[in-house]
Amino acid sequence: MPKLKVSLLTGRTIDQGKGKEMGKLSKEYLESVVICQIDPHDMIFLGVKESTNVKVTTDFGSVVLKAVKSARAPHPKVVFVPYGPWASLVMNPKTHGTGMPSLKGIPAEIEPAPDEKVLSLQNLLYKFYKEGRP
Amino acid sequence: MTVITGVTCPVCGTFCDDIELVVKDNVIIDVRKACAMGAAKFLNYATHRNLKPLVRKNGELVEASMDEAVRRAAKILADATYPILYGWSNTSCEAIRVGLELAEEVGGVIDNTSTICHGPSILSVQDVGIASCTLGQLRHRADLVFYWASNPWDSHPRHIERYTMFSEGRFQKSAWRGYLSRLRAVLSRKRLLRAANLLLRRDVLVTPEIERHLPYSMFQKKRKMVVVDVRKTRTAEAADYFLQVEPNKDYELLQAFRMLVRDEELDVDEVAGIPVEILEEVADVMVGCELGIFFFGLGLTMSEGKLRNVDAALNLTRDLNQRTKFLIMPMRGHFNVTGADVVFTWQTGYPYAVDFSRGYPRYNPGETSVIDILHRDEADASLIVASDPVAHFPRMAAQNLVKNPLIAIDPEVTPTTLTADVVFPSAFVGIEAEGTAYRMDHVPLPLKKIVEPPKTCLPDKEILQRILHKVRKLRRNET
Repeated sequence: MPKLKVSLLTGRTIDQGKGKEMGKLSKEYLESVVICQIDPHDMIFLGVKESTNVKVTTDFGSVVLKAVKSARAPHPKVVFVPYGPWASLVMNPKTHGTGMPSLKGIPAEIEPAPDEKVLSLQNLLYKFYKEGRP
Repeated sequence: MTVITGVTCPVCGTFCDDIELVVKDNVIIDVRKACAMGAAKFLNYATHRNLKPLVRKNGELVEASMDEAVRRAAKILADATYPILYGWSNTSCEAIRVGLELAEEVGGVIDNTSTICHGPSILSVQDVGIASCTLGQLRHRADLVFYWASNPWDSHPRHIERYTMFSEGRFQKSAWRGYLSRLRAVLSRKRLLRAANLLLRRDVLVTPEIERHLPYSMFQKKRKMVVVDVRKTRTAEAADYFLQVEPNKDYELLQAFRMLVRDEELDVDEVAGIPVEILEEVADVMVGCELGIFFFGLGLTMSEGKLRNVDAALNLTRDLNQRTKFLIMPMRGHFNVTGADVVFTWQTGYPYAVDFSRGYPRYNPGETSVIDILHRDEADASLIVASDPVAHFPRMAAQNLVKNPLIAIDPEVTPTTLTADVVFPSAFVGIEAEGTAYRMDHVPLPLKKIVEPPKTCLPDKEILQRILHKVRKLRRNET
């Protein structure tokens, strides 16, 4: 499987903003945050198409997300994931004495993961925070 | 059916105050003038919400009376040696004030969401100082608007319309028409590309050539918008010019602008991926404006350099003020995160990350900030008010948060309330409870009560007062 070293950005999108106001358990919220926006050239390199699952790995963990072709390319080797419990799994908790963790520009690796599933919120909370039942 | 006008929107830092709501039988049935986020909140706030207090028993969250939940929460806080009280940016200033009293009583650390938002900006402002103003000034006078590492189209959807490019000011006209023609050009390009893809049955990828000069519109005597970001956003598409900076290179770019503004020469061909010729022309536009404004976002505070990036932005503003009039303002995220900083400051002297464990307020971000405390695994209990750290803190910090007793006061069901040990269902401030909040430019505005909350849902302020009262009782009995 091809792998690509990228710079990972997290941030807001209008869909994520709308989704969070509709409720963190809503379908709209889930669909707005389990995505990874990738440059079309990088998608060709990785051999992934729209909605194929991809695995994003940093020094702090990995997460499976759905690939989405970036609507405003080019931004080669830069991928974007909206804020949410999924993005938080791979964030750098170190603050370098400022109180602020590094949530943008994190070195990461991305690879196709067609056989792996995107975790639901319940499964994510159970797997990482030992909460509820899957 | 009643139409309520002049409603403030309890979502983002723009804190729009012109919303109109149509209410029928204590239900909001229509929203006017709000953005997608505001409308989603006013119309769906009641969909996924907590209605009864919940207490964890044998690993399960079960319904409990308000008194039982207050007793349990007070005991957790009174027994803790180093509790965290976190959140506060989505509630009223009145509730925050009670929260600070509670933090002092239990000797805990109280921190607000600035800590993972514009915390570094605050540190930088304390170091360098800030030349700022209110948004009304900019609406009427600013002729050069920079959005640096910020994407208001997605995070503050009405900011451009109300205060900058698309607002009709007294001395500056709306640039709406120019945007429409640019949008038509972008759409035509996309349509052509789609047609090419269909015709050739493959993805045709066109890499735009790097322009060596600014477009003509940047030299016209009218309101202009420049976006600096690591990727092209909707805001960038609406701008007169977009500078695409390489990730983690904002500091270099800002310092390069400082040199150019001071008429110094750059001995390189490009900085942060942008040709120097372009930077020289942008610097000329900056110096030539009548009133410029930098709105900066989390791209500066969350990437490499953090507060030093903001230092450079504040210093660039200072340098520009030697040549023209320039101002700078952080794009604050939640509707009352500014209020949280303000109330923290007038109560304790410090804007966030305030530690009461020694009996007096102490402030040392990096040590007393909540992410660091959780990363070092020092806290032994927490109270979360109107925030969702389990969803938004880095995993390792969130794991240390949920392993200790956790109290959540939140009207909505969130990953934090799902993992909490005590959950208080509160009334939505700005919809079901009134209060005060501060807009991003430090202007206080009232939050209105539009509909009656369910009987089991009390305002944050009242829940906190009940917990505080109970904690005091418990501590008095102990001594």
